[in-house]
Amino acid sequence: MTVKTSIPEPELLSAGHLACQGCGATLAMRYALKGLGKETVLVTPACCWTILAGPAPRLSVGVPLLHCPFATAAATASGLKAGLVAQGDEKTQVVVWAGDGGTFDIGLQALSGAADRNEDILYVCYDNEAYMNTGIQRSGGTPQKAWTMTTQGQKGSERPKKDIDSILEAHHIPYIATVTPGYPEDMVRKFKKARGIKGFRFIRVLSPCPPGWKHDSSATVDLSKLAVQTGSFALYEIENGDFRLNTKLAKRKPVGEYLSKQGRFRHLSEDDVKEMQATVDAAWEKYEKRG
Amino acid sequence: MKKVLMGNHAAAIGVKLARTDVVSAYPITPQTQIIEMLNDLDESGEFGGRFIKVESEHSAMAACLGSATAGARSFTATSSQGLAYMHEMLHWVAGARLPIVMCDVNRAMGAPWILWTDQTDSLSQRDTGWMQFYCSSNQEILDSVLMAYRVAEEVLLPAMVVYDGFTLSHTYEPVDVPDQKLVDKFLPKLKNEYALRADKAEAFSALPSPKEYYRLRARMDHDMGRALKVFEEAGKTFEELFGRRYELIEPYRCEDADTILVVSGAPASTARVAVDQLRKEGCRAGLLKMRAFRPFPAQALRDFVRPGMRLAVVDRNYSQGHHGIFCEEMKSALYSLEKPPEVYGFIAGLGGGDITPELLSEIWRDTDEGRADAAAPNWMEDAR
Repeated sequence: MTVKTSIPEPELLSAGHLACQGCGATLAMRYALKGLGKETVLVTPACCWTILAGPAPRLSVGVPLLHCPFATAAATASGLKAGLVAQGDEKTQVVVWAGDGGTFDIGLQALSGAADRNEDILYVCYDNEAYMNTGIQRSGGTPQKAWTMTTQGQKGSERPKKDIDSILEAHHIPYIATVTPGYPEDMVRKFKKARGIKGFRFIRVLSPCPPGWKHDSSATVDLSKLAVQTGSFALYEIENGDFRLNTKLAKRKPVGEYLSKQGRFRHLSEDDVKEMQATVDAAWEKYEKRG
Repeated sequence: MKKVLMGNHAAAIGVKLARTDVVSAYPITPQTQIIEMLNDLDESGEFGGRFIKVESEHSAMAACLGSATAGARSFTATSSQGLAYMHEMLHWVAGARLPIVMCDVNRAMGAPWILWTDQTDSLSQRDTGWMQFYCSSNQEILDSVLMAYRVAEEVLLPAMVVYDGFTLSHTYEPVDVPDQKLVDKFLPKLKNEYALRADKAEAFSALPSPKEYYRLRARMDHDMGRALKVFEEAGKTFEELFGRRYELIEPYRCEDADTILVVSGAPASTARVAVDQLRKEGCRAGLLKMRAFRPFPAQALRDFVRPGMRLAVVDRNYSQGHHGIFCEEMKSALYSLEKPPEVYGFIAGLGGGDITPELLSEIWRDTDEGRADAAAPNWMEDAR
């Protein structure tokens, strides 16, 4: 049986990449490139994708990729765009492909600068919610209570996840979107749309990470879907300040269904789960008020 | 055309004449007027390139990484803390073999806060793989920007044009501004065959094996060495077009000199006055001006010195726990000689203290008359 989808067939991600089994960030790249197509250049700071792209002289994607130091992705991309334009190339889409550490933490200054200048680039953060490439340390993207190598106590990570989307929204940029590879059609649509917009665009991809979240490598897509179905991760777009929720959920599944499938939340008590449910409920109250 | 220009404006005009494609910069005293002038030229449409006003020096060099990777002629400028903040990026763009040119307007390093000149900021970037050329006049600043691009683009390594904060950056001097047509002849449009192209799926700076990394570093050193010859040749072409000659080292009245002042930057101009005065008094004084610090002109120095010569190296910089930095480099370059000259190191003018003709004469006399310590740095505070 052939299933017709809106997802373009051409593959710009080769099968010979170096990701772990079930890597959400690899699915994310695959769908992002399907949405973006050729005439795309990637700028990648230190993150899992530094490795996944392949050692020299190999490259696992069908577009050029410029590696850059950890803190510099948005600034390097700004320069690359200016350099291409100076060479007469106005068409090529410059895309930052950075992890949550390189976005929420060390790269935040350069990101803020580029957003403030409204550089004509697309910044993508694949958010696997910790420093996974260095072996699972807490980042500003780590959710509250999650276990990481640097939040090993009974409480897990004490601080709530940094609201990076709101930080970006405060920069008055034309487009912000959230996606996750469990919803590939939504992903491809948003990347296509982002490509057509001029100015600074930000897309955050929730990317399940089997070794970091401690789940079976076959559960990546299910977890990506559960994150949305439980409301733990909301799919939305903010266009010129106009907020729109992309999934209407008749009834959200209990957050516990999402948490219980991940080893990083194994230590949670019933009260902890209740507390996290309340946090998600409060977030949704805000989303629903806005759009 | 002759104009009266401050050093920073001479630099900015050099950047414009080079038809630089992308400038990315962040303000810091005493460099700021370079980017202010480029900004004015940009807003009036005279610049012709693209100007990215970044949020930090680290990002300034990161943006140059991006633009130069695309094959665009790229420039930034900074000083002191800004240069130190860029340090990671200096290594990176050199390793990526990008011919970026940067002006570093020397300013001492904090703490404590200090605004005035010394060379510890630029010299502490010694091992980053950047070429460094030191200027002694505003004319030399403008010309060095053009020379730096010419050499950098030939050997595919970045180059730093270095000059003294305030002493040159804010001082007005007559400068011969070269004709654009002649500059275009000296510096044609950059064609970097290794530049990123959107239709070619290649990775830039992807992980190599240790063996490949070792070879890349050896190749870098080979090209850094080649830059010495490229600089000399560019200097000849420059002279043919513009009538001014720049060499790696520049002796002044050294023919019969026994004791020679070795100086870089603006104090090298002051040292001419000191040498002339000493000569009037019957002393056989000479001056060796150091223009290139990286690549270090070791062979040129070995060819220049004679047995029995005494070199008084004046360092407006210091490597804590050891010595002045030019002095140490000098000693290491001359060590292989069978009869190396005596080398004395003097520390002067740190944090922007004046290096006067009188102080330089005193340094010369201390060396010539055997009062200087050869084993340790001689700290020379100008009491005047």
